[in-house]
Amino acid sequence: MTPDTALVRDLRDALGPDAVLVSAEACTPFECDALNTQRRRPDVVALPRSAEQVMEVLRTCRRHATPVVARGAGTGLSGGALPVEGGVLLVLARLDRIIEIDPARCLARVEPGVTNLEISNAAMPHGLYYAPDPSSQVACTIGGNVAENSGGVHCLKHGLTVHNLLEVRVATIDGEWLTLGSSAGEAPGLPLLALLTGSEGMLGVVVEATVRLKPLPERVELVMAAFGDVRRSADAVGRIIASGIVPAGLEMMDAPAIRAAEAFVRCGYPTGAAALLLCELDGLAHDVERDLDAVQALLRDCGATQLRIASDAEERQRMWSGRKSAFPAVGRLAPDYFCMDGTIPRRHLADVLERIGAMSQAAGLAVANVFHAGDGNLHPLILFDAGRPGEVDRAERLGADILELCVAVGGTVTGEHGVGVEKLGPMCTQFGAGELEAFHAVKRAFDPDGLLNPGKAVPTLARCADYGAMRVHGGKLPFPHLPRF
Amino acid sequence: MDHDDTTALVDRVREASAHGTPLRIVGGDTKAFYGRPIEGTALGTRGHAGILRHDPAELVLTARSGTPLGEIEAQLATHGQRLPFEPPHFGARATLGGTVACGLAGPARTWTGPLRDFVLGARVLTGDGRVLRFGGEVMKNVAGYDVARLMAGSLGILGLLLEVSLKVLPLPAGERTLALEMDEARALERLAALARDGLPLSAGGWIDGRLYLRFEGAEATLEDIERRVGGEIVPDPRHFWTSLREQTHPFFGGGQPLWRCTVPSLVPPMAVGGSPLVEWNGLQRWYRCAPGATVFDAAAAVGGHATLFRHAPAGAEVFAPLPAPLMRLHRGLKQVFDPAGILNRGRMYADL
Repeated sequence: MTPDTALVRDLRDALGPDAVLVSAEACTPFECDALNTQRRRPDVVALPRSAEQVMEVLRTCRRHATPVVARGAGTGLSGGALPVEGGVLLVLARLDRIIEIDPARCLARVEPGVTNLEISNAAMPHGLYYAPDPSSQVACTIGGNVAENSGGVHCLKHGLTVHNLLEVRVATIDGEWLTLGSSAGEAPGLPLLALLTGSEGMLGVVVEATVRLKPLPERVELVMAAFGDVRRSADAVGRIIASGIVPAGLEMMDAPAIRAAEAFVRCGYPTGAAALLLCELDGLAHDVERDLDAVQALLRDCGATQLRIASDAEERQRMWSGRKSAFPAVGRLAPDYFCMDGTIPRRHLADVLERIGAMSQAAGLAVANVFHAGDGNLHPLILFDAGRPGEVDRAERLGADILELCVAVGGTVTGEHGVGVEKLGPMCTQFGAGELEAFHAVKRAFDPDGLLNPGKAVPTLARCADYGAMRVHGGKLPFPHLPRF
Repeated sequence: MDHDDTTALVDRVREASAHGTPLRIVGGDTKAFYGRPIEGTALGTRGHAGILRHDPAELVLTARSGTPLGEIEAQLATHGQRLPFEPPHFGARATLGGTVACGLAGPARTWTGPLRDFVLGARVLTGDGRVLRFGGEVMKNVAGYDVARLMAGSLGILGLLLEVSLKVLPLPAGERTLALEMDEARALERLAALARDGLPLSAGGWIDGRLYLRFEGAEATLEDIERRVGGEIVPDPRHFWTSLREQTHPFFGGGQPLWRCTVPSLVPPMAVGGSPLVEWNGLQRWYRCAPGATVFDAAAAVGGHATLFRHAPAGAEVFAPLPAPLMRLHRGLKQVFDPAGILNRGRMYADL
């Protein structure tokens, strides 16, 4: 589609000629996020350098009734930053200034294009860090973290983005500025900052964020425990939490994931184990020592076949390296894989893993499990070969079945990756028409004409009717995607 | 008590919606003083009560909104757990629904965070009689907009809470309260420095030249902190912290207007009127003085906001004014969840 020339002219007047891309060559790199099986080359890419220029882009889009999709670093896993037909892609990467690190008040004020890790790096000399640590933290931006309410491995104790965000400055599609939240921690009126967090760029565009910084812990310990069966490992997770210990991280891997990680990075994982737990404790030295003793006793009591405590920071890094490279490690086992992101109540961990094992066998597709056990956030990785006839369909169906299982046991179809375009179908399983209509109405309160990232995150009722019919008839799912990342 | 009153509540709301009858949602009627005074037929929730689920290994509790707060805290304590935000009751009849709708937190907010941080899910009865479920009972959930958290502190203007799921936390291994003599300016600096040092400061309070600090952790940690922080050990600290949480401290006595200012930490002492009572890390400061725009302005000037918390004279605004674009969004959201405008109308802002 040829971009509207008046729109492009207005954008160039506002941003300067070098900040508006229209050629196929220049726009192609922006055709997808990390869900790279969904691609659509944007017609226009706008690269503002300031909050005022972001506002100009929104006002221009509003004037031309043109949809606009905000994008940070493009590391999202659900297609939330997928360009839309006839729209402008608003790339916030050039708003990359750390405006202020205030060590005395333990906060950082940054532009949306600053990466997650840059905040911690800038805070480090003051003995502080930014707690949420999604695995893409080297590249992902804080603007994207707000849009997705990103998590990481330390959420159970240190919270998600929403728990570490104090204030945002937002440009609305109506051309107005909003300040939501407050660096005082409380603001008058409804808690709109919480509503905006995780709204996938559909309610407004964040141009500045103030986040809480935490003091680096005095002491960190990491315990690795191997188990002969998955159920004992899952039970240990519940026992640790019920005992009154809140680990900084509590991660689990099953046999295929353990073997793949060990083969990939040689981190010393016991390849004969059926399940592996990584339990990180942080805080003041005496508290950590006390919890470390208790955790070891519990793990032994739950039947751990092997226990290892990292002796220093270097060994801790090595023990984490297997977990952190588990996705690419599993990716080497098959030409393609599909990463799920359901969350379940922890008490169902063992049952759900067994059911996933049975479903995997029935589908004839291997599944490796790597997940945030402490949060009940599963990341089953479905392995398949898109080159073999019918496997894509089978993998998609297995994925949808797994997400429906998560909902059936009282969980959710997405814990931290967002809905984007990927989980529009499964959203119909989790919510009824009433909730979906309410979501659409909330969006209209912020964006009456539906110009901000339209078509993402919340399915239309018509789409759900199709999805229901197709699921019932066991036919092909209506989302024609094939995640491979 | 374990009773599901959903059907009756839905009927009452639908009927009121059809006739445009304003409703005033009442739980235990312990916080009627908070917010703007409103007219309306009382809609009670105390008949809709009962803890539905609490599995200690999940760190989640789900209960109906009319469940007494005391019952929930007792249930959690049995399993060595607590509501992390230590909410004020302001009376024996306080309910879960009223607590979440008011969004208030007590001393422990210093360390654990505000009430909204712990809301995981909610079943909501909207102003036009729809029953909708948002969020859930899991720690991580990014499916759909976070409408459950939007209910925290919404004062019932968007819907009647039917059920709420909260994240709960273990009780601390131990606690110690230390007291030090110092003036307000030094106390504010000390409170900020303690937060920065990563000490587990679970409550802070300053009044009349005395700074009270409550720490939590293992016994050895608390002994270390005693040496590091100094001051004297307060032998029976529960009485003091309860008097802040429940506002039974003499500071809160009498009928003079009570202002709550929340400001960023390290804001120096404010010349608002009288000596304050300071809480948390210096973020929450209470003042007794006559109403007027000056308190709203003084708090806003330092990046915070003020609330006329108790004893507001007739006709006075109690919440800080919102900028026009923000107020338009509030009206838009009210329209989404309560199109007839019957639920607690005017409790937060006029006509909202």
